[in-house]
Formats: sequence, structure tokens, C-alpha cells
Amino acid sequence: MSFSVTEPTIRTKWFAGTAVILYAVITILPLMWIVATGFKSPADSIAYPPKVVFEPTLEGYVNLFTTRTRLAEGDMAALPPAETWYEKIVRDQGQIISGPSRYGERFLNSVIIGFGSTVLCMVLGTAAAYAFSRFRVPLKDDLLFFILSTRMMPPIAVAIPIFLMFRQLGLNDTHLGMILLYTAVNLSLSVWLLKGFIDEIPVEYEEAALIDGYTRFQAFYKVVLPQAATGIASTAIFCLIFAWNEYAFAVLLTSGTAQTAPPFIPTIIGVGGKDWPAVAAGATIFLVPVMVFTILLRKHLLRGITFGAVRK
Amino acid sequence: MAEVELRNISKSFDGVFALNNVSMTIPDGAFVVLLGPTGAGKTTTLRMVSGLDKPDRGDVLVNGHSLAGLTPAQRNVAMVFQQYSLYPHLTVYENLAFPLRSPLLKTSEEDIKVKVSRVAETLQIAHKLDNKATALSGGEMQRVSIGRALVRSPELYLMDEPLSSLDAKLRADLRIELKSIQADSGATVLYVTHDQIEAMTMATHVGVLNEGKLIQFGSPREIYEDPVDIYAASRLGQPRINILPADLFGHAPTGATSIGLRPEQIHQGEGQESLVTRVEHLGDQTRLHLSLKDHDLTTVTDAHTQLAAGDIVRISPQNPFFFDAAGDRIH
Repeated sequence: MSFSVTEPTIRTKWFAGTAVILYAVITILPLMWIVATGFKSPADSIAYPPKVVFEPTLEGYVNLFTTRTRLAEGDMAALPPAETWYEKIVRDQGQIISGPSRYGERFLNSVIIGFGSTVLCMVLGTAAAYAFSRFRVPLKDDLLFFILSTRMMPPIAVAIPIFLMFRQLGLNDTHLGMILLYTAVNLSLSVWLLKGFIDEIPVEYEEAALIDGYTRFQAFYKVVLPQAATGIASTAIFCLIFAWNEYAFAVLLTSGTAQTAPPFIPTIIGVGGKDWPAVAAGATIFLVPVMVFTILLRKHLLRGITFGAVRK
Repeated sequence: MAEVELRNISKSFDGVFALNNVSMTIPDGAFVVLLGPTGAGKTTTLRMVSGLDKPDRGDVLVNGHSLAGLTPAQRNVAMVFQQYSLYPHLTVYENLAFPLRSPLLKTSEEDIKVKVSRVAETLQIAHKLDNKATALSGGEMQRVSIGRALVRSPELYLMDEPLSSLDAKLRADLRIELKSIQADSGATVLYVTHDQIEAMTMATHVGVLNEGKLIQFGSPREIYEDPVDIYAASRLGQPRINILPADLFGHAPTGATSIGLRPEQIHQGEGQESLVTRVEHLGDQTRLHLSLKDHDLTTVTDAHTQLAAGDIVRISPQNPFFFDAAGDRIH
């Protein structure tokens, strides 16, 4: 079998282009669906066949952030005119705003727990990876295997022992509990990924720094960390995405104060039937932080994913 | 002031001796060159002194005080690494300033500027100061690496083949430069190389290492003129010493199995007949490749010699070295 090294023909280019576009459409379509549904009216959101062209409304977003009560038509008429645009949207549905929804709190919980566990995971993971990479750790290979073995089953398989443990320790429905849990789940991934990155940094740099008058920790901080930044950034993205999207543990272990957005979003129930636009709006907003974080660290991510292939 | 003493240092990696009971005393202000092939233990010796590795047995002392337990930073030594080890995320200037900014020295930024530009001037890298360390040629990297050691004024410099990847002219320049910096500062230098010209021109003392053992320690002349064994004799001298069967010229002392002849120990004009196989005109000297009773030997002759391949030259030994079966010198 021989491989062509000539310029691809127009037909191959067309074929490749079509394949890429098709794949992009397949991946992006559900996302577009969610984003579009967020701007539909409840009636449009469940219309069949689905409406591609519709009149956009912010109803879903307003409903997402508010709790509302239905009023009789007579009582509605007796009210003073609506003062804000969102009050008007709610009244058009025959409802009035009775207070803010819990979406804001849940979203904030997701931010605290997601980023908290990512930071903790990076600190512990980098330290552990550095130790495994540089020092003669007794039973190093066994320990590394043991750390990885926590990934050999779906984390949810240990849900019941963790639930019981958390109840005993009073960690149920606390931010700390969730941060610790997500850190524990992610740590094996971060130790392994980061060890690979740190292994690639020649030890001579630190030795030079040690000779140049720095302590081991300063050498780590001033010489190793800047060079491991790429690896740390891409590992952080993976950790954040896991913690941010985690659903099963969140359903099981949080219900009130520490509840994250994923278990909350499906519970958004409108007055009289599921409020799909509000659910879709919640999901859309939920996408934003990870997207921003990923775009910020984008240039590191590509290298992170292909790190095995670009070894110098 | 730094007199360094290595006392019975042994170090093994995975059961193989890298250093085997090495002792030497390096006088204050000495320029010591460690000679030996790859794997002889030269770099390991530097790492013992620097504190990057700990000896399995033995002790390193500076001015009579043991360095055991001191971190590399506390030992106040500067080291030039063979692999350059420039910090890739820093510029050349920052690389040179790095040791000065350490908690050990805490130099003011003005002093750093003065010192860095002086060193950059000496090493001819002043125009590269703003470059990233990774955007340099091999020779430039090596010079920055030397500069990073020279900006400091430690009592002891450790240099691991610092001139190995420079071109011939720069190497000759820096040889003189390093030597004069050392002579001016009075610092003690421990210098690893396998280039015998560096050893002959710079060293006040040469340590010949082989397979982790210190074979001989002395001045370059001493090692050249009075080697303890075949190995030490082969380390210095260009062209290399000729090692031949002891009885090739007759009258060998008892126990001798080999005779060692440096070019100046081969008297031309009388003695055994040998065939000229090749003549190499190097300009300042001419090398003669001779064949004597099926043994090849190399010597030096007059630069303007008329000899050509196929001619016959009579040679005889003059104050040769004799070695026994183990390679040790017989006096």
C-alpha cells in the first residue's frame, strides 16, 4: 500500500470539508437547540414540528430567576401598571413575581464548588506529581497504580459508602464536602497528567537553581512551576469540567445550601407544566463559565490533549 | 579562601561504582582539571562537591569543615553545567541575574545591572541580553551558562565541560579569559574536561580519573613527564604516547611488558630501521607515521622534513617509560 504525497484533489477536499461540517453540526445542534429554546415561549418550546423560526422572548430567562404566583384576571386588572420590563413579561403570562428564584444561589454554589475543587486539586496534584517525578518515593509504582485505581470504576459506584461517610462526618450538603469529594475524584487524573508534564521538565533546571542559591521549594516555585504552567492549565480545565458537570453525587449529597446547578436546573417547574424555556435558559447560563475558562486557557489545552505526541 | 579536600569519597549507582574511594586535596586558588573519558566519575565528583548528590561514604571538606548536610545553596559554589540548563522561561539577562537575586545574595537591581553587563561583555553576549534563553545558538547558551557562574564571586567554581560546544576560536579566547578571571579572583576551580589542551593550558593541577578511581593527581608537567601508569600516560600528549612491546628495542627491565614512547622519547637517526607509512604536515610540526616490525607508531619531526612515505628512518628510544603487565610504571 502506498501513500499519496500529492496535493489532495478538489473532490477529496470537498469530502473532507463536508465531513468536518457534518460533525460540527451534529455536535453543535443540541447546543443550539438549548440556546434557542431558552428564547422561545413555552408554547413554541413544545410545538411539533419544532419551530425553527420563532418570535424570541426573554420569558424563559425571567422565569428562571423569579418565582411567580398566578392571579385571577380581576386581581390583575386592579394592580398598578408594571414598573419594569420583566414584571411586564410575567404579567403577560397572568402571573406576578413573588420573589427571586434560587437559581442564583445554585449557580454560585457551582462556582464555589467547581473552582474550589479545581484549585485544591491543582495544588495537591502538582505537589504529589512533583514528588512522584523527582524523589525516590518508596513503593512509587504501587502508589501510582493505587491512585489510578480509583478511576477504574465509575465514581458513583461508591455513592452509598460516601453518603454514609458524609452523614457521619456532617459533610452532607456542605460546600466543603462537595469540594473534598470532587477533589478526591479528580486527584488521580491530575496527579497522572501532571506527573507526565513534570517528567518532561529536565531536572537540571532545578539543580541549577539549587546551586544558584535557592531552596528546593524556591526552585520548584521559580523554575518548575512556570514551565509546568501549560500542563497545569490543561489539567485544570479537565478537573473543572468534571466538577462543573457532575450530576449524580450532587443529586445524592446536596439538597439545600450546597446544591449545585446541575441537580437544580431540572427542578425548575413552571406554573402549569414544565417550563422548558426556563430550563433551557438555566442550562445556557450554566455553560458560560466553563466556556470562558476554556477559551482563556485555550492555547494550553491543545497541547494538553496531545501531550503524548509532542514529546521533544 | 577555599581549600577543598575530598576524603575517601565513594558513590555507586545501581551497584556500579561511579567513584571508588577518591581522595584529593585541592589547594586554595588552584585550577584543578579532572581528566578522563565518559563514565570515569568526573561529573560525579563535581556533584559531590556541589551537594547535588551525597556520597555513600567519605566526606567533602572546605577549609577543614565538612560540607555534609549542607544544601547546595549553603555551600556557596557556582557550577557550569554541561547541558547548559538555562532557564527557558527567562531572558538571557534574567538568567544571568538569577543567582544574584537569590535569597542567598539579594543583590540590588543596580548592582545586578553592573555585574550582568560586565559578564556579558566578557563573554561577548551583550547584544543577546534581551533574547529568550531558548532563542540562542548552542555556543551562546554555553556562554550564558558560564556567565551565570561568573556573575557570582563564590569561593569555588565547578565547571563541567564548559567549553565543549564552542567553536575553536571562541574556545581559545575563553580558555584564556577563564584562566585570567580565576587568577585575578584567586578562586578555586574544579574543572571537568576531556580536552587535554584545556588541561595543559589552564590547570595548576590535573586529576586523572578512570572508572571511578583517581589514578594520579599532580601538576600537568608531572603527569606528562612522570605518569604512574599507561592510562595516565595516555591522557596527555599529542600525538598520543606509543605503547609497544617492551623488548622491541631489546634491553627491557625485568617485569616490563610494555614500553611507552612519547614523540620526544623517540630519537631519530640511529637504531632500528622503520618504514615511513604516512607524513602529515600540520604547519608548525610534521607527524610521522612509522611501521616498526609490524608495529605502528607516531612521532613528530621537523616541520620542513623531506621524508616521504616509503622512506626508511632509524629510531631508538630515549629515556622511555616501562610498564608492567598491569599497566603500572616500572622505574
